[in-house]
Amino acid sequence: MLTAAAQERAPSARRPAAWLALAAAVLAAPAVLPPFYVYLGALVLVMGLLAASLNLVLGYGGLYQFHHGVFYGVGAYALALTITRLGWPAWVGILVAPLAAAAAGWAIGVFCVRLTRLYFGMLQISLGSLLWAVALRWYPVTGGDNGIHGIPLPAPLHTLSGAYVFIAVTTGLAFGALWCIVRSPFGATLQAIRDNPQRCQVVGIDVRAHQLLAIVLAAGFAGLAGALYVVLERSVFPTMLFWVLSLEIFVMCLLGGWFTFSGPLVGAALIVVLRAFAGRHTEYWTLILGTILILLIFFMPEGIMGFVGERLRLRASGGAAARRGVAGPDAVGGPARDVTADAGGAAGSGTGRGAPAPAADDAGGAEGARG
Amino acid sequence: MDLTALTSQLLVGLSRAMILFIVSAGLSFVLGVLRVPNVFHGSLYMLGAFVAWTVATRLGEGPGSLWVALLLAPLVVAAVGLVIERTLLARLYQREHLMLILFTFGVMLVLNDLVKLAWGPDYRSVVPPPALQGAVVVAGVAVPRYNLFLLAVGPAVAAALWVFTHRTRVGKIARAAAVDREMVAVLGIDVSRVFALAFLVGCYLAGLGGALVAPTTSITLGMDHTIIIEAFLIVTIGGLGNIWGALVGSLLFGITQSVGLLVWPQFAIVFPYLAVVLVLLVRPTGLLRSVW
Repeated sequence: MLTAAAQERAPSARRPAAWLALAAAVLAAPAVLPPFYVYLGALVLVMGLLAASLNLVLGYGGLYQFHHGVFYGVGAYALALTITRLGWPAWVGILVAPLAAAAAGWAIGVFCVRLTRLYFGMLQISLGSLLWAVALRWYPVTGGDNGIHGIPLPAPLHTLSGAYVFIAVTTGLAFGALWCIVRSPFGATLQAIRDNPQRCQVVGIDVRAHQLLAIVLAAGFAGLAGALYVVLERSVFPTMLFWVLSLEIFVMCLLGGWFTFSGPLVGAALIVVLRAFAGRHTEYWTLILGTILILLIFFMPEGIMGFVGERLRLRASGGAAARRGVAGPDAVGGPARDVTADAGGAAGSGTGRGAPAPAADDAGGAEGARG
Repeated sequence: MDLTALTSQLLVGLSRAMILFIVSAGLSFVLGVLRVPNVFHGSLYMLGAFVAWTVATRLGEGPGSLWVALLLAPLVVAAVGLVIERTLLARLYQREHLMLILFTFGVMLVLNDLVKLAWGPDYRSVVPPPALQGAVVVAGVAVPRYNLFLLAVGPAVAAALWVFTHRTRVGKIARAAAVDREMVAVLGIDVSRVFALAFLVGCYLAGLGGALVAPTTSITLGMDHTIIIEAFLIVTIGGLGNIWGALVGSLLFGITQSVGLLVWPQFAIVFPYLAVVLVLLVRPTGLLRSVW
């Protein structure tokens, strides 16, 4: 059960050249693309980082982080306030933002991890709504419902291309860090807790400490995304802390595919691009978003990357099984394993599906230790 | 503190609490029986207000127009809710809560834009029926008649809900299904129909809340966003699925807000959230027994 991370190795992860080419293409964008697309690209990266940070607690940690947007808002306000109210340099503010958001994550998480599922989410929503209400009314500091606009930024950041390059590099590093966290022993333990908290407790893992650390880390990354949003837009407003935004981040994860590393980025990209183009033709964007969401839940509950991944695995294992003439349990991601994993509910299906044979041995070992 | 102002604010808070109770009781009932955290409950409340506006303005200046609206709007809303439940939601009961939340969020987004399509983005208002216009002086405080009407309607709805859930066969079955739906199914009862009925009742209450609030506030597109988060928090502090908890939560929420207005006007909206946080820190599963 600790080997869940192994299944996520996308083909491209093994090819550094492909990554370098991708990085070069992303960084070269301002030189070749019109400003609107550069802006859109930066927004995709920011929202992608935000969705990926939610997925750390949601997809990998299995926690109902209902008000993740709060940490995004805290990060954004932290940067905006350090620049406009304290007069600190923006660079310091960008460092302060994830720290402030992580601190908020700790303050909120320390109470929430005592609870499970819906209660966890509801306590988080109430604490988040409290912060939203304060931001909405504390006019002298937060600007109230007007927010703060026209935040001045220093030299390289005050142009769109400068902001874009900074956002691209920062989100690139952040995605790398998230990848390392997910693949680390901590990430593996987190997924084990998601799949079976009781068993983890029994084998001596401090479940709450791991969950709290996940919330703090995710909040930090969300806060960084918030700061990057300020770099891009130069404004903050209380709706960044409002519950509707938090559910929209959920939709991004669902659309792209939770339980996959790349899913949230893909989902965020699709939502941002769709909104930008739909917004040109219609004022009924939420009608479109809602319809997409309902269709997804009925027809593709694993999201796009989950769906694609499943197809790829089925094809790979089907081919292997055909060559050997049997579809044994050791065929990685074999159809037989899919059935059992999916029966365990969506939370389990992410790891269970395609987990290699040693996973079962691990689980057996844990059970043996308990017995 | 000025005693007159305090009394006046308490009465405002109480009548606001009655609206909150009617809406969150519906949410709580659905949450208890169907185990569905229905995010579009707030949209149905908004729909109720808009339908009430349409009915009241279509009927014109007649003295009875708002009474008709109060009867008709919740029925329209309940019908909309039933259609959604039968065609879509009923297929999803086996899914986990997160999927149900996201599905109902999707319906909320769709409903909001449909309301926008049908009524446009303008602010609207309706006047109370002539019998409920003006104010009455109670204990030296001028209280709008409509607020007194709300103070009567709230307990009446609570009583009706109690009779329904404790004295009717169908209500008892619904309560039993909230506790153990498998057992109810084993007894040969069509749980699917019980769910449909419970959802119908929940939606009716959302629509009733919207129709009742219409004369007291401007009817706008954003009104669902506020009410649904308030209703969810009320239901949580009361104990998920516990209708009396919804009453306690509504009173706490309504009164902290209106009295907070006297204490620190600028931060009045912060007080109810603060109260909710304090309650949940002490009793994370709510003040009264949760059926979850």
